[in-house]
Amino acid sequence: MTSSRGMIVLKRLAQAIPTLFGVIVVTFILTRALPGDPAAYFAGPAATPESIAQVRAALGLDKPLAAQFLRYVQDLATGDLGQSISTGQTVLSDIVTRLPASLELTLSALALSVAIAVPLGILAATRQGTFIDHLCRVVVTAGVSLPVFFTGLALVYVFYYQLGLAPAPIGRLDFAYISPPPVTGFFVIDALLAGDAETAGAAFGQLVLPAVTLAIFTLAPLARMTRAAMLQVLGSDFIRTARAAGLSRRQVLFSYAFRNALLPVITTFGMVFSFALGANVLVEKVFAWPGIGSYAVEALVVSDYAAVQGFVLVMAILFVVVNLLIDLSYTLIDPRVGFDG
Amino acid sequence: MTAFVDVRDLSVDFKTRNGVVHAVRHVSFTLEKGRTLGIVGESGSGKSVTSYSLMRILDAAGVIAGGGISFDGVDIAQASERTMRDIRGREISMIFQNPRAALNPIRKVGHQIEDVLRQHVQADRSNVREKAIEALRAVRINNPEERYHSYPFELSGGMCQRIVIALALACRPQLLIADEPTTGLDVTTQKAVMDLVAELTRERGMAMILITHDLGLAAAYCDHLIVMKSGEVVETAPALELFRNPQHAYTKRLLRATPHGTGNVRDLLPEDAQPADAPPAPAPAAAVTPLLEVENLVKEYPLKADPTGVFRAVDGISFTVGRGESVGLVGESGCGKSTTSAMIMRLLDPTSGIIRFDGVDVGAVSAGKFASSPYRGRLQMVFQDATDSLNPRFTARRAIADPLLRLGARGDRRSMPRAALDARVAELAELCGLPAHLLDRFPHQLSGGQKARVGIARAIAVSPDLLVLDEPTAALDVSVQAVVLNLLVDLKEKLGMSYLFVSHDLAVVRLLCDRVIVMKGGRIVEEGGCAEVLEAPKQDYTRALIAAIPHPPL
Repeated sequence: MTSSRGMIVLKRLAQAIPTLFGVIVVTFILTRALPGDPAAYFAGPAATPESIAQVRAALGLDKPLAAQFLRYVQDLATGDLGQSISTGQTVLSDIVTRLPASLELTLSALALSVAIAVPLGILAATRQGTFIDHLCRVVVTAGVSLPVFFTGLALVYVFYYQLGLAPAPIGRLDFAYISPPPVTGFFVIDALLAGDAETAGAAFGQLVLPAVTLAIFTLAPLARMTRAAMLQVLGSDFIRTARAAGLSRRQVLFSYAFRNALLPVITTFGMVFSFALGANVLVEKVFAWPGIGSYAVEALVVSDYAAVQGFVLVMAILFVVVNLLIDLSYTLIDPRVGFDG
Repeated sequence: MTAFVDVRDLSVDFKTRNGVVHAVRHVSFTLEKGRTLGIVGESGSGKSVTSYSLMRILDAAGVIAGGGISFDGVDIAQASERTMRDIRGREISMIFQNPRAALNPIRKVGHQIEDVLRQHVQADRSNVREKAIEALRAVRINNPEERYHSYPFELSGGMCQRIVIALALACRPQLLIADEPTTGLDVTTQKAVMDLVAELTRERGMAMILITHDLGLAAAYCDHLIVMKSGEVVETAPALELFRNPQHAYTKRLLRATPHGTGNVRDLLPEDAQPADAPPAPAPAAAVTPLLEVENLVKEYPLKADPTGVFRAVDGISFTVGRGESVGLVGESGCGKSTTSAMIMRLLDPTSGIIRFDGVDVGAVSAGKFASSPYRGRLQMVFQDATDSLNPRFTARRAIADPLLRLGARGDRRSMPRAALDARVAELAELCGLPAHLLDRFPHQLSGGQKARVGIARAIAVSPDLLVLDEPTAALDVSVQAVVLNLLVDLKEKLGMSYLFVSHDLAVVRLLCDRVIVMKGGRIVEEGGCAEVLEAPKQDYTRALIAAIPHPPL
């Protein structure tokens, strides 16, 4: 059993290699196909054709595509993602500082979202047609139909501008505080590790509104999937058997129904996670959150090849890792996985 | 003194979108300890709902609308949910049809039994595992220590049913309700499971209620029978009495429709619905020219556990089906009969061997390409599950027209003109006894028998020479089965088709087929004329198959 699980893990990892290679090729070509000349941008508005050509040569952009690609792959192999032409930093260091910001936001938002969506979905499924079911429907509809920039702005308006409960939406930490020494890259945790409760509180305060905004958005698919999966499982024969055997409602609901309903919920969770990480640009923009999403958009606007490639590559790796984790949690939950797959 | 189980004037209503449905109306019966009661009826008769009310596990929409149920002095209809939870599993237990689905797919079977034991405080942490293994041993499971760790998907259907029985009997209840416990199981497995249930209930002095549509099964295992129809009890009598001297017209009809050792296919129909003509005599075996010839057919699958080894699902079989002949292919699940029929239908490629159809080696065309072969229309199939084999978004008309649109009429591959198509569909519907006004309905708006007719009409639409019938009546009620079997006999006569009838039910095969082929483990163990094989079987396996059919005591 253990060895077969080990084999599954190895197989899944091996399957990720062609995916990653494909991503490298596609992003490389895609960024080259984008309109806009990075050499011209980098050389500045006053540049002459000669100086642009000089910059192009310095960036290696005058070489044939194949040669550019080869150089790109060689650099990747040594961990060199290139230099961002807009920030002047290496792409790797940009990502190292910005990715934790996005992860902190996304993970806390998803934790909140799961904490609300899963119980809500279960309740809606067990009390079909009651108040809680209608509430679930309203929350789901609102969650998908309200764009995040709107919910974000509305929350800022109410909690910062009107009530003054929340801090100003100016990123991860107010200027009055110094960033905690980086350990995990998550400010709240790092500050706590450093024993600085005040900074931790401030960082947490900054995190609440953007996390809630993102949670409202990600809640919808999770709640809906939980409800649907629970309804389907509750209607199945083995639940009837469990009831006929006199098992308590709690046990029927949790160890029989919910564990079976978990599989589609986890799949949805994985999709929502990957999606939220890359697509929360709007939330990051509204709250001036220095995350990887806004970084990518800024890079894209100025044709910053290296930065965009770095972003897409990191996202692809994250997707692969998340999917791997999901597959692994499948094998833990469902003994059938790995036998027919 | 009230009886052990006393159901008086029970009525159960279901609230649906279209108003209240009276699923059970004024049902009364009693049952004493150590006795067995059979509740017999066709789908929709309310027999399952009656038993669910006994345990109060009706759906949320169902309510006990009137009457009372008393179990060992407890008023079930009025008892608190807490009392009911203690009764369920400890005092009254239930086993279900489709045993694999009745078990939690992602929990070890041993743990599922432990859940029940602990719920009813029959064991504590220290001995619960021991007791669960004991429960497995009680249902004659070999290697219970190993099986304890199995998941339902690793076990056969019969084995799963044993687990369900172990689960039901773990807390030594006093009443066992068996709801169609053997539907979908092979006859030999059915016999093994029912014998086990009967033995265990007798040993423990339990009462049992057996719910079934199979009168033969009910008679073989019950002292007393009640017959239900549309929510009402139409007849109550001791089992033997009911068979010897049925009172109600519906009981008589059910008895007639149940295939048994003698008589022909017409005998299944009610007396007032007898067609004028007698069923055709079986074709003389010598005179037929072969239509389908199968030689040394083999299908191998690679083994998962050992990549170098192979599993031979079909292991070198040879047989022929003559023009106008109908041949039964019989065996238990896993014997290779479905694989064989799929290869003949050219849905699956054989590993080796020859399939010759009308003198041409159709096996040479790969299954993927066979759809465009001119032989496609000459080989058609009627599927086992009439519901699942119809496109839910196609009306009956569209479903029947489908092969005509795709394959065209024989020899004419161009599309048919609209009017001709409609006329042909109407003709087919009439041929299959499907009323014209049902043609615009979708599958979910049709009954099981009507869907079976659509499936048959679709299969014969392109006038095939050979029709493969894969247990076409397995999911139907006996009275519907009787009608469908007669329809098949008539169609064969009218259209001169050959049938390859795949089934595990020898009683049905006998009614429909001229010859029978018995398969086991991918090989043919016995072959011959129907009467010959069924009345004087040469092989032990065939004898065991025949002996396992529950016979009404006539």
